[in-house]
Amino acid sequence: MSTKQNISLFDKALLLQATKDSVIKLNPVALIKNPVIFIVGLGAVLTTVIVITGGLQGNFSSFNLQIAIWLWFTVLFANFSEAIAEGRGKAQAESLKKNRTQTKARKLVGKQEVSVFAPELKKGDIVICEAGDVIPSDGEVIEGIASVDESAITGESAPVIRESGGDRSAVTGGTKVISDRILISITSEPGNTFIDRMIALVEGAKRQKTPNEIALSILLSGLSIIFLLAVVTLPAFFGYSLSASGLPGSENLTLPVLVALLVCLIPTTIGGLLSAIGISGMDRLLQRNVIATSGRAIEAAGDVDVLLLDKTGTITLGNRMATNFIPADGVTVEELADAAQLSSLSDETPEGRSIVVLAKEKFNIRGRDITNLHATFIPFTAQSRMSGVDLSSKDGKTHQIRKGSSEAIRTFIHNNNGFFPQKIKDIVTELARQGATPLVVAEDDKVLGVVHLKDIVKGGIKQRFSELRKMGIKTVMITGDNPLTAAAIAAEAGVDDFMAEAKPEDKLQRIREEQANGHLVGMIGDGTNDAPALAQADIGIAMNSGTQAAREAGNMVDLDSNPTKLIEVVEVGKQLLMTRGALTTFSIANDVAKYFAIIPAIAVSLYAGSNGVGPLSALNIMHLGSPQSAILSAIIFNALIIVMLIPLALKGVRYRPVSANVALTRNLFIYGLGGIIAPFIGIKLIDLLINL
Amino acid sequence: MKTLIISLKIFLFFTILTGIVYPLVVTGIVQVVFPHKANGNLIVEAGKTVGSELIGQQFDSTIYFMGRPSVTLYNPLPSGGSNYGLTNAKLKNLVEERKQQFIRFNQLDSLTEVPSEMLFASASGLDPHISPKAALLQVERVANARGFNADQKQQLQKLVLEFTEEPQFLCLGEKRVNIFLLNLEIDNIQ
Amino acid sequence: MTILEIIQILIFFSLLIGLTPILGKYMANVFTGNRHFMLPVFGWLERLAYRFIKVDPNEETNWKSYAFGLLMFNLTGFLFVFLIQLFQAVLPLNPAHLSNVSWHSAFNTAVSFMTNTNWQGYAGETTLSYFVQMVGLTVQNFVSAATGIAVLLALIKGISRKTTDKLGNFWVDLTRSTLYVLLPLSIVLAVLLVGQGVVQNFNSYETIQTLQGAEQVIPSGPAASQIAIKQMGTNGGGFFNANSAHPFENPTPFSNLLEMLAILLIPASLTFTYGKMVGSTRQGWTIFTAMIILLISGLAISLYAEYASNPVFGHLSLMEGKETRFGITNSLIWSTSTTAASNGSVNAMHDSLSPLSGMIAMINIMLGEVVFGGVGAGLYGMVIFVILTVFIAGLMVGRTPEYMGKKIEAFEVKMAIIAVLAPSFVILIFSAWASVSQMGLSSLNNSGPHGFSEILYAFSSAAGNNGSAFAGLNANTVFYNLTLGIGMLIGRFGVIIPVLAIAGSMGRKKITPLSAGTFRTDNWLFIGLLIGVILIVGGLTFFPALSLGPIVEQLLLNNGITF
Repeated sequence: MSTKQNISLFDKALLLQATKDSVIKLNPVALIKNPVIFIVGLGAVLTTVIVITGGLQGNFSSFNLQIAIWLWFTVLFANFSEAIAEGRGKAQAESLKKNRTQTKARKLVGKQEVSVFAPELKKGDIVICEAGDVIPSDGEVIEGIASVDESAITGESAPVIRESGGDRSAVTGGTKVISDRILISITSEPGNTFIDRMIALVEGAKRQKTPNEIALSILLSGLSIIFLLAVVTLPAFFGYSLSASGLPGSENLTLPVLVALLVCLIPTTIGGLLSAIGISGMDRLLQRNVIATSGRAIEAAGDVDVLLLDKTGTITLGNRMATNFIPADGVTVEELADAAQLSSLSDETPEGRSIVVLAKEKFNIRGRDITNLHATFIPFTAQSRMSGVDLSSKDGKTHQIRKGSSEAIRTFIHNNNGFFPQKIKDIVTELARQGATPLVVAEDDKVLGVVHLKDIVKGGIKQRFSELRKMGIKTVMITGDNPLTAAAIAAEAGVDDFMAEAKPEDKLQRIREEQANGHLVGMIGDGTNDAPALAQADIGIAMNSGTQAAREAGNMVDLDSNPTKLIEVVEVGKQLLMTRGALTTFSIANDVAKYFAIIPAIAVSLYAGSNGVGPLSALNIMHLGSPQSAILSAIIFNALIIVMLIPLALKGVRYRPVSANVALTRNLFIYGLGGIIAPFIGIKLIDLLINL
Repeated sequence: MKTLIISLKIFLFFTILTGIVYPLVVTGIVQVVFPHKANGNLIVEAGKTVGSELIGQQFDSTIYFMGRPSVTLYNPLPSGGSNYGLTNAKLKNLVEERKQQFIRFNQLDSLTEVPSEMLFASASGLDPHISPKAALLQVERVANARGFNADQKQQLQKLVLEFTEEPQFLCLGEKRVNIFLLNLEIDNIQ
Repeated sequence: MTILEIIQILIFFSLLIGLTPILGKYMANVFTGNRHFMLPVFGWLERLAYRFIKVDPNEETNWKSYAFGLLMFNLTGFLFVFLIQLFQAVLPLNPAHLSNVSWHSAFNTAVSFMTNTNWQGYAGETTLSYFVQMVGLTVQNFVSAATGIAVLLALIKGISRKTTDKLGNFWVDLTRSTLYVLLPLSIVLAVLLVGQGVVQNFNSYETIQTLQGAEQVIPSGPAASQIAIKQMGTNGGGFFNANSAHPFENPTPFSNLLEMLAILLIPASLTFTYGKMVGSTRQGWTIFTAMIILLISGLAISLYAEYASNPVFGHLSLMEGKETRFGITNSLIWSTSTTAASNGSVNAMHDSLSPLSGMIAMINIMLGEVVFGGVGAGLYGMVIFVILTVFIAGLMVGRTPEYMGKKIEAFEVKMAIIAVLAPSFVILIFSAWASVSQMGLSSLNNSGPHGFSEILYAFSSAAGNNGSAFAGLNANTVFYNLTLGIGMLIGRFGVIIPVLAIAGSMGRKKITPLSAGTFRTDNWLFIGLLIGVILIVGGLTFFPALSLGPIVEQLLLNNGITF
């Protein structure tokens, strides 16, 4: 499926389904999970019963009926917000399911091929997939190489290479082999494949409350209890006041009015929108093609304050580029370029290709056919740490052209009894200091010069890091480069810290250190040797192109395999928490106005003089029409505000990379102050409408 | 159990230290340093204790300056105020009554503004002070009741000013007259 | 208001602000076990105490043991005070030959002094012997205050330490608070007060003949020593019925200033101690500033209400229940301070304050007495609000809320809510009960909304462990003695236990280092936020009740209506 599809907030089918679901969700078993809304539900039932019994006894109250109706709407609106958030996830899950056909798998039993249904496959089974086959389940390529179309899960149409060994061995059930033949060892139990889990997650079926959501629910329940106390004690206080003012009783303080007061006071706005906020956080992540294995992970993403970023791919463009040829004394630039090009003709690495390209651009040296040159390509090996060609010249002698790191070439020169000039040494040191990678080119016993390979820092990355710094997030660049090179790139990219010559176990060590100091660490990785670090990190994002081990270890998977994603994930996490905080503040701030609407309304007759208007009507600062319209306006406002805030809950509050203080001031102004003022205006307007 | 024993022991320790030693030490110090004050600022006239400088007394005779209304009628056992709220009709009526009574008692013009402390009861019921203004309003009546001549009346007037205490250290509290001390003193004017 | 009165307000607040860092720093030294100048004086007593109770002062415990020790110790104190009242007649030092106290009054008084409430359903001079006042009440004045400090110290350790469940040693914290803080300050204050005329002796009451020839019984007793600690320890229980309005408890304007300062001195200084001990004096000053803003705002409203004219009394100064030597301003500084701090002593009768001033006193208590508050108790109560504020608003910066690097999670929120809920529960439910039952209504001294205010004030005072009263209410009945007693217990331990639980949970957490992404809790924005949360949570809880009590009463007064 393409998770990139953006479902409109007001998709018709979605709204219809959500409306249906919000009625289904009236089921008390489902409702009790949300204590605040459950209280509203109880109040609605109680008020309805009062309306009905009242009607049967012949004193039907349309006022009570209106209260009952708006209480039901309050519950429905809350349900609706949850339903619509879930609906968006479900729509995405549907398209996933469509792609998952009832695949037949070619299971290998001994040397025999047996055809079985995909769901029957167990962990450890071996299956064969050839061009045109759909991969039946998650697994690891154990033999062969193939190009695979993974658009079903990533939405990316370009096929990717999957091969045994190395970091590109994981395959996902539901994707399709386009060419070649691979043997796959199944790594998931049936029903627990990647796609299964993805569907479950986006459908919200397995959604559990996250730690922060639980804490917030406790706060909201606590506030509800406090308001319950304030409301249930009111009749007693009122009773005292009635007898003190010599009144027999009051028609203004009835049970429905008390229920209305309670519902207005308890934090229904945030209570109604809480789960929608959580679900939509997951959804926003999905729109960025990242799948979190739990809501907890998204929350933790907001808390991350140290990011470990691999240099290659994240900070720099994946490949180093040749940018210059620097000849040794007595060698012309052309000679150097020619030799460098020769040595790179068969070198398929990006660095090699960039040398060929540079030679062509600068000196117009064209590509030559290696076989015609009687050349043998010497590939790069971990032992020699250089590559090149052996040319058989006409005199029968073999010329060895090599390019590689200065250490490797020095050994090579020494072995050929040559001499490694001081000037070259200086150039190498200077280039390394600048953060470049010097590649020394030599022919037999003679050093020809240096190719200047440069890491290209991604455009805009420096800006990104300074934003992160403003948000209080420290960036650490991880690289295998030597400290000198690493420092130069770190400075150019603007990271806060770097780890040079880092081995995978160093990464793990660094994460543990940061955590011991109280930091929360986020990282992104792909290889098998990243798995321990991914597991240790608070946020470990595995690239979808990576190994199965890495995908299992992390708590998020990035379908685009884009290392920069980490930063976006942090933003989504922060936005999620901000939205919760903003709506909580808004919800509580709302109560001030509601008191000023309802208290004077119910207490209007207390201690009244001959005109029937008591002193507490002085609190009716909104000058609401009548006690009844005041109470109705408050409860209508309370219900409508939930609906009006659904888009905000789904989209999240506006997020900008600023410091905590700036973000707080801004949000406090909008949602705190706004939360106090908005209901005064809203209730007044509704009251005007009612009294038209 | 261990905790219980520790509790009991440390409780015993603190009871002795703060419940017995502390008050005794303080008493010891002050009985040496401020014996008069520590024993209640009692005033002895002719071998008889006539009162405490700090505790007001009931004065309803015309020959004495009257003090503030007291709910306990200056009986210190126990001390206390009226505890009437401002919306209590009894308080409203009392204030009106006391105003009339003060004007009548001192034969003042009916439009005289009576100082408010003479209309409201004190907190302790033992307040020995009134404002200088309230004292000056009574000079005429006291002088007449005592049959003072003009000279003695002037002496009485001067005495009131003499007994007017300025705010403590010039900045604390209110200007006030201790009428117990004042009344004690005027008995000596002859 | 006169310039003189404004000067007195300025003197009071300058002294308070000036003394805070001095005493605060000293206390930080005491509680962290550093060297300080009282060590040579009382060090031997501290060592003696540990040897006597056989406790190793370096042995620290987790929050549960800490809480258990605290509860056992308080239980011991309660039983002792309860019993000596029941048998007062046969015990020594009873020159006035006062009889045994009724069981319910004894229960109420024992709970009251153990919980640092010092609500007094009885009149001291006619009910309790010198023995009970000294050996029973004065001791509780010390140790209940020290208990409050101990809870705060455990909380501080929970906040400032990381990944440990050790919160210190209750016995050590108790002993140090008493020996080095409360005792020396009380001795100094007691002597100063006697210098102003407060009595301190063991004489019997003296019967004298007044100038007019009537008999007057002049009471006596070891008052200064008890008054000093009643103010220092935010206890508030007077030696005499009129409390600090009594000329023998508070004879001069200077003694009044000293006593007012003593009410707030330790609670205010503890904010500095707190800052020092958690490693950032800014954090301490932040809390101090929030507190003092609330205090001054309350005072301003009180002064405004008290000086405003009304149709009932015109422009008369409202001197009912006030003493001439203090005047209105000093009475109001006191009424706002004593209710802000959980002191509860009075120098004017709160029942007779104007409705709005009375409401400010009530609100100070209802907010949980976090405006300086009780010794230790005010600050730990404030930290509860800080936690709630951090949780509600902290989310808005996009991180799991944290305070001083400690993440605020479900457990902390749950405990904070319990701590807020417990006193609110007492105030609302018991007031509701009293305002509809004959047992509750028959004790009222005023009718109309003011009668309701008396009930509301009583249960607020009990739940907040304040102890002041709208004293017209006759609280010495079985109903009030029991309900108020239970209210005090819930209000005290319903907060202490959750606070200790929070301390335990915070201590186990890691500390997230400060960064630009941290929600700062030491700037003006946070002060505003904290005040906002306190007012909104407190206001929303009690607005309906208050509107039927003091608010409507003030409106009626403005319309010239009496009952």
